[in-house]
Amino acid sequence: MELLPTIWFVAIAVLWTGYLFLEGFDLGVGMLMKLFARNNTDRRVLLNTIGPVWDGNEVWLLTAAGATFAAFPLWYASLFSALYLPLLCVLAALIFRAVAFEYRGKVDSERWRNRWDWAIAVGSFVAAFGIGAALALTTTGLPLNANGDRVGGPMSWFSGYALLGGFGVVAFAVVHALAFLALKTDGEVRHRARRWFVRLVPVAVVPMLGWMVAVQFLSGKPWTWALVAAAIVAVVLAWQLERAGSEGRAFGALGAFIVCATASIFGAAFPVVIPSTIDPGFNLTISNASSSDYTLGLMSIVAAVGLPLVIAYQSWTYWVFRRRVSAAHIPEAHGFLPAIAAKVLVSKEPGASSHQSSDQS
Amino acid sequence: MDALEIARWQFGITTVYHFMMVPLTIGLGLVVAIIQTIWYRTGKPEYLRMTKFWGKLFLINFIMGVATGIVQEFQFGMAWSEYSRFVGDVFGAPLALEALLAFFVESTFLGLWIFGWKQLKRGVHLACLWIAVIGSVFSAYFIIVANSWMQHPVGVEMVDGRPVMTDAWAVFTNNTALVAVPHTLFGALGVAGAFLLGIAWYHLWRRRHDGIDVVGKDGRLVPGEAAIPGRDKADYTVWMKSLRIGAVVAMISFAGTAVTGDLQGKLMFEQQPMKMAAAEAACHDGTGFSVLSVGNLGATNCDDIVAVIEVPGILSFLAKGDFTTEVKGVNSLLGEYKEKYGTHLPDNPLYGERAGQEIQYVPVMEVTYWGFRMMIGFGGIAAFAALLALWVTRKGVVPQSKWLMRLAVFGILAPFGANAAGWIFTEMGRQPFVVAPNPDMNGIDQVFMFTAAAVSPGVSAGELMTSLVVLTAIYAVLLVVEVKLLVKYIRGGVASAMPELAHAKDSNNHHDKNDDGNGPDKSGDDVLAFAY
Repeated sequence: MELLPTIWFVAIAVLWTGYLFLEGFDLGVGMLMKLFARNNTDRRVLLNTIGPVWDGNEVWLLTAAGATFAAFPLWYASLFSALYLPLLCVLAALIFRAVAFEYRGKVDSERWRNRWDWAIAVGSFVAAFGIGAALALTTTGLPLNANGDRVGGPMSWFSGYALLGGFGVVAFAVVHALAFLALKTDGEVRHRARRWFVRLVPVAVVPMLGWMVAVQFLSGKPWTWALVAAAIVAVVLAWQLERAGSEGRAFGALGAFIVCATASIFGAAFPVVIPSTIDPGFNLTISNASSSDYTLGLMSIVAAVGLPLVIAYQSWTYWVFRRRVSAAHIPEAHGFLPAIAAKVLVSKEPGASSHQSSDQS
Repeated sequence: MDALEIARWQFGITTVYHFMMVPLTIGLGLVVAIIQTIWYRTGKPEYLRMTKFWGKLFLINFIMGVATGIVQEFQFGMAWSEYSRFVGDVFGAPLALEALLAFFVESTFLGLWIFGWKQLKRGVHLACLWIAVIGSVFSAYFIIVANSWMQHPVGVEMVDGRPVMTDAWAVFTNNTALVAVPHTLFGALGVAGAFLLGIAWYHLWRRRHDGIDVVGKDGRLVPGEAAIPGRDKADYTVWMKSLRIGAVVAMISFAGTAVTGDLQGKLMFEQQPMKMAAAEAACHDGTGFSVLSVGNLGATNCDDIVAVIEVPGILSFLAKGDFTTEVKGVNSLLGEYKEKYGTHLPDNPLYGERAGQEIQYVPVMEVTYWGFRMMIGFGGIAAFAALLALWVTRKGVVPQSKWLMRLAVFGILAPFGANAAGWIFTEMGRQPFVVAPNPDMNGIDQVFMFTAAAVSPGVSAGELMTSLVVLTAIYAVLLVVEVKLLVKYIRGGVASAMPELAHAKDSNNHHDKNDDGNGPDKSGDDVLAFAY
């Protein structure tokens, strides 16, 4: 067994776990913008729980992809080119979603906000689904030829596993977000999030469990089966804790669920990084897809210093913004008075009120 | 168009677009950090206003850079899988390190800066911005290290037909990167400088136009007050200081890009002589710099090109630092390239329909010739305009001419043009290679890759066309949205970024607003100092 490729396989699994854990709840909050929030104040409460952190969470995705490129170029090349169209959808979704967070509040108009709310909700859904599908397919198989290229046309990647993974991540993200909101908000939103969580959790983890079990049947080992059991225990625990009103622990238990879930999935897939559904001889594995030991060694040193640092300062961010957000904190929305466009108006009527602004339309 | 051409258009469009947002992010971030530092040290309210206003524009632009940056990282694998397989061992590392060491820093600390006005102590809050800005500089460094390796591969050995990294130090201190990094950073500053200058000019012009500011008998400006929130005397100071900072930054940028560009040019004459000969449309060996060449620059041979105006000696100076050394032209280089790297593409399925075709070693000279001149021209115009602006406004007065104002505003585009032209020249000039051969090292000149072999073999032209159309459409829509928002906030003036200036009365139930320059209050009651 090669040591460095194994270390990097584990590192990439850790990066995906970090991504699903962190961006899991902000993707879920994004979807809840349309599913859960009842009015603009609710939406702003939701947005402000993830406002300072969502961008940092998304970098876990970029790092997972970048690390795959550097450590397993053949894995990166085959996976990303095989899933060309689904990843295009993910990209479009992530673009709209990111821009929507920043631009939503920049014009004080109901129509403007509504459009961006849809961009956030749909963008979060598509991104979660696409990434879930991609991870499911890299652990269950793609139609790759000897060169690692997809055969059979643009949609030949599709399988039931893609749906399982897609819905698995979407549904997990929704309940993870509810647990997060119960922890991070106060007032009505907090209580409603708890109620929703308790009601939804037993159903929401089913597709993810389906994906886990499917991978176990394909390539499971005793210890990865044990992790599936541990994941089930964790989610039952999360359910009980939330019912008991212990929001922090419930969130932690659901976090343990996703850690066990990714560990069981990647653990079962190891050492294959993409099984070929055409011929097992074309499988990409940690040995035939990896970079040289020199490159992996260099990256190991940097990651050993860099990753703990990232975890430290991101934790600090959560500490800085640890206080619960509630409707009472949300300041009134203002259209601002443009210094220039409204000049005529104001000089005619000096006290003309400041709610007049060019962006009410 | 076949898959390769579509993939190239897509890479070109998405990269040039991404690189409109990036230099503004880097340059403006640095400027805002400096301004906030001055505010931190002096406590003068105009610097807080400048921080808030320019910071707001910075964020509107920043998010677009973030959103379009993800496309860049994904499309190597999606559209260029053979390239990714070939270079992954050495090219992937700087990308991964960029994410790990730069993006995380940038996004996390910028989040702290945006939302932390009240939660963090003033010094810590300022430090967060500096850390984010330094993160963006590191990010530029890693990306240019990756790009420079395509321009000038170093630190590798060929193992089983693929380059494998053997010397990370050589890769990360590639001389191509060491001059390209400062060149790019100075270029980014130029964008920020023109941005400040143009917008500040507009506001100063508008204040005079609206009768707020008048010119006194001594020819100096007498700032006034208007009833509109934020258009007070301090507002004048905000814009005049912004104008001067912008002009100085623009001139520093030009000086910096000129010096680093000269070094870069000299390196390129050694590392990619064909690129530089094509930049000059120089067919024959010689010493003269072409001021104007006409003819069919698109031709793959040189017969039709006539240099109409040529300055003797200058080309030699650009390439070698003297006026007499002959610089090789396209015709003599062509023979050398054919001898070293073959006359025809290999008969390999990777090349698709292009297998066995003759290799066109001369880049598209219309692009290289004019790209090179547009880069220098736009950069020079911007710097000259900045110098002129400083002179014209020396008494604190912006002329009432509407045309001058328009010129200042449209001048914002010049450094963007220079940046885009420079990159288009660099990348198109490297063709037909995606990884250019490195001619100055022993044995390593066999490390190269033709662009024709780099595209994903499994991806169809239809898929590529879909993504080209989808991404271009999204980018076009978002460009309109971004520019509209920028214009709205620019016209809104400082109050657009400081609602407390306009809504002092009704927002006090939640906040103690602080236009007094005392900084974030420490009451700790605010969960949201900045709310989405």
